[in-house]
Amino acid sequence: MVDAAHDQADFVPPAEVAEMDLYHPHSWVTKYVFSQDAKIIAIQYSFTAIGIGLVALVLSWLMRLQLGFPDTFSFIEAEDYYQFITMHGMIMVIYLLTALFLGGFGNYLIPLMVGARDMVFPYVNMLSYWIYLLAVVVLLASFFVPGGPTGAGWTLYPPQAILSGTPGSDGGILLMLISLSLFIIGFTMGGLNYVVTVLQARTRGMTLMRLPLTIWGIFMATVLALLAFPALLVASIMMTFDGLLGTSFFMPGIVEFGEQLQYGGGSPVLFQHLFWFFGHPEVYIVALPAFGIVSDLISVHSRRHIFGYRLMVWAIVIIGALSFVVWAHHMYVSGMHPWFGFFFATTTLIIAVPTAIKVYNWVLTLWRGNIKLTLPMLFALAFIVTFVNGGITGLFLGNVVVDVPLSDTMFVVAHFHMVMGVAPILVIFGAIYHWYPKMTGRMLNVPMGQIHFWITFLGAYAIFLPLHYLGFLGVPRRYYELADTSFIPDSVQDLNAFVTVVALIVGAAQLLFLFNIGWSMARGKKAGSNPWNATTLEWQTAETPPGHGNFGETLPVVYRWAYAYGLPGAKDDFVPQNMHPDQVATGGSPEPSGAAAQPAE
Amino acid sequence: MYVAVLLILVALGTVVFHFASPWWWTPIASNWGYIDDTIILTFWVTGAVFIAVILFMAYCVLRYRYREDRRSEYEPENKKLEWWLTGLTAAGVAAMLIPGLFVWNQFVTVPEGAAEVEVVAQQWQWSYRYAGKDGKMGTSDSRLISADNPFGLNPKDPNGQDDILIEDPELHLPMGAPVKFLLRSIDVLHDFYVPQFRAKMDMVPGMITYYWVTPIRTGTFDILCFELCGVGHYAMRGNVVVETKTVFEGWLQEQPTFAETMARAKTNKERAEKLALNESASVAAEVQLAR
Repeated sequence: MVDAAHDQADFVPPAEVAEMDLYHPHSWVTKYVFSQDAKIIAIQYSFTAIGIGLVALVLSWLMRLQLGFPDTFSFIEAEDYYQFITMHGMIMVIYLLTALFLGGFGNYLIPLMVGARDMVFPYVNMLSYWIYLLAVVVLLASFFVPGGPTGAGWTLYPPQAILSGTPGSDGGILLMLISLSLFIIGFTMGGLNYVVTVLQARTRGMTLMRLPLTIWGIFMATVLALLAFPALLVASIMMTFDGLLGTSFFMPGIVEFGEQLQYGGGSPVLFQHLFWFFGHPEVYIVALPAFGIVSDLISVHSRRHIFGYRLMVWAIVIIGALSFVVWAHHMYVSGMHPWFGFFFATTTLIIAVPTAIKVYNWVLTLWRGNIKLTLPMLFALAFIVTFVNGGITGLFLGNVVVDVPLSDTMFVVAHFHMVMGVAPILVIFGAIYHWYPKMTGRMLNVPMGQIHFWITFLGAYAIFLPLHYLGFLGVPRRYYELADTSFIPDSVQDLNAFVTVVALIVGAAQLLFLFNIGWSMARGKKAGSNPWNATTLEWQTAETPPGHGNFGETLPVVYRWAYAYGLPGAKDDFVPQNMHPDQVATGGSPEPSGAAAQPAE
Repeated sequence: MYVAVLLILVALGTVVFHFASPWWWTPIASNWGYIDDTIILTFWVTGAVFIAVILFMAYCVLRYRYREDRRSEYEPENKKLEWWLTGLTAAGVAAMLIPGLFVWNQFVTVPEGAAEVEVVAQQWQWSYRYAGKDGKMGTSDSRLISADNPFGLNPKDPNGQDDILIEDPELHLPMGAPVKFLLRSIDVLHDFYVPQFRAKMDMVPGMITYYWVTPIRTGTFDILCFELCGVGHYAMRGNVVVETKTVFEGWLQEQPTFAETMARAKTNKERAEKLALNESASVAAEVQLAR
């Protein structure tokens, strides 16, 4: 496999003590606060994202209370309602999902799974987190300025976002735009790290076509984010200028409540193009890491190789590329030239083909497998159900003429919550149950996890499935109240009340999950280094949780792909990526990746 | 075991809910039944895939559940199967897309002779304009909007003089004749939607957008704003009355033209000025008296 000369050239002697001394942190502050270790940064990202996510959860409760019981909660005014939906949406999409998948899982898993000691630019990686934290603080600050946070909807469409008819049009919208700009700057620092690390810091033998699909998903999502976020950055800066300096990038001549404003000549539709040129890839920035992670969860826990690995990789790449030519399917009824509809409907429906292939390959991985119904597997199965459900409703909305009656109804709300809310979040849960043992050395409690799973999955499905049908009826989204509307029967109010009650229960179940995380840290069953008998490199580390530098003294050498489960002729039903070919038939410890390598359990 | 059963229940429950749901689209009142047909077609194609995938998953969970003494099958790729699935998916997608694009072509092609009706949106109310006797709309500009000229019509444009202005959230339309809505907003984004018509389009300040429908039955239907337009969005309502051609013509005749409203505004203004003059004169007289 590796010729001798090559072998010698690749030999790097262990670093001098002084160098190693520089490399490792020396104080509590540099180890746990201003840490440059990707694993610590990952945990910082994750806790911050989950913390701000809890704010979004409470906001969703408040908006559901208003929708379910419109006359009961007098403290929720129309202004508040619009602020709740706006902040809920923006937090969930950007500050929770993007940050958790890329900043959280990306940081933790990329160096470990590609066999690197750390990210290639650790200092910049650290800055990335602190700028993200600053963005979150600025976002939260908007709750405390006069007028409150913006209520322009998470799409922030001008002109209304910066005009007085919208809540938070003075301070709130500016803080939102500043926070987004900070987020993008911070993300770029992290994102460059992820891309360069995957391309440059893979260990010996880890070819691109041996990368676990988790890494492919996170890698491609990061590439998309690096290309898409700049569109949002310029849109944010231009809108800040419109709001503060009186420029007219997005502002045509406007008569506001009988008063002629000083704007003229700008285009509101231009903003929508910029927003969705970012916004549609954003869907895949969230979805591709979920695709990748769920592929690995399914493979590990069904004890079978992923089916059609190469096609899975190409599907990720093709979906990523296509995601840049479908953005205007969010704008079929925006007033753009109607002929665009033909082009964007075609590209959008073409994207269904590689996406469907991924679904087929997930279920074909289960087929003829040896399926363990562990918690990560349950979440993976639930992901497939909700993702297929949300994916096929995308075929309604992508087919331009079907979108015409459905756009801006509850059908859209149900669709995107199912496909980029519920489905990726189920993967996040599955991933936490899967990797928590590596991060802490202990297993999460299973009975608590089972309760959490069934309430979350069945509850979320019961919330969002019926909302599609309200969309068919014509119930609009972003309505503070429906009041008396002749075509809306009273039963809609009953359904809304039901959905609100379920939403409160599902939300409460997440508190059980958080409790489980804390409780298991102290009381969970000891995990050992490889509790799931998985093949990828993060499970072959010398220490659990892995120390600074990940792999002890020598880096692992990779001999095969990440999916050698059920390999004929092998002693065990899994063969780690770094197990020397001579040992496959007899078993035994994989290539030691440090002095204290442990045998696979 | 119970996992497979619950997966099957989710699949079947979804189907049962679909057929039993009391929430379904409103009885159509326009020519866009084609859109409903495309939705039904999409339902059949995608519904079949959804049920097939979940039932297959349930089967796998049941049939291939973990046994200590078994290994999974090792077959990393199966080109034939993968090509078949790709081909079938592409065919299914084409079966939905192609009819959809044909209907879209109709949607964007306004028939010759469609009557034009302008819908003007502002926070948070609707108003309407008909072309009047000459069948031509006068030009407009948001810079001309004032209390006397709420539509911003060009007072010098002869085509605009007979335009009929409706400053009321109720719109009247004749049944059976195609209508092209010219959509205009003077402040922020709005969207003119009647659920029974199935068609909608955003209204963008600085642009005139459009779509067309042919109302096919009489009745009164809700108009809702369907693009977030600020805090009063949910209260931006109106209704459309579809009536027979004769009733519609009769109603239209009673409505004021642009020229009439301008003239009325002018006399009102003069009257008000005169009144104000008289008042100040009388005040002056009073002041003198007091001296």
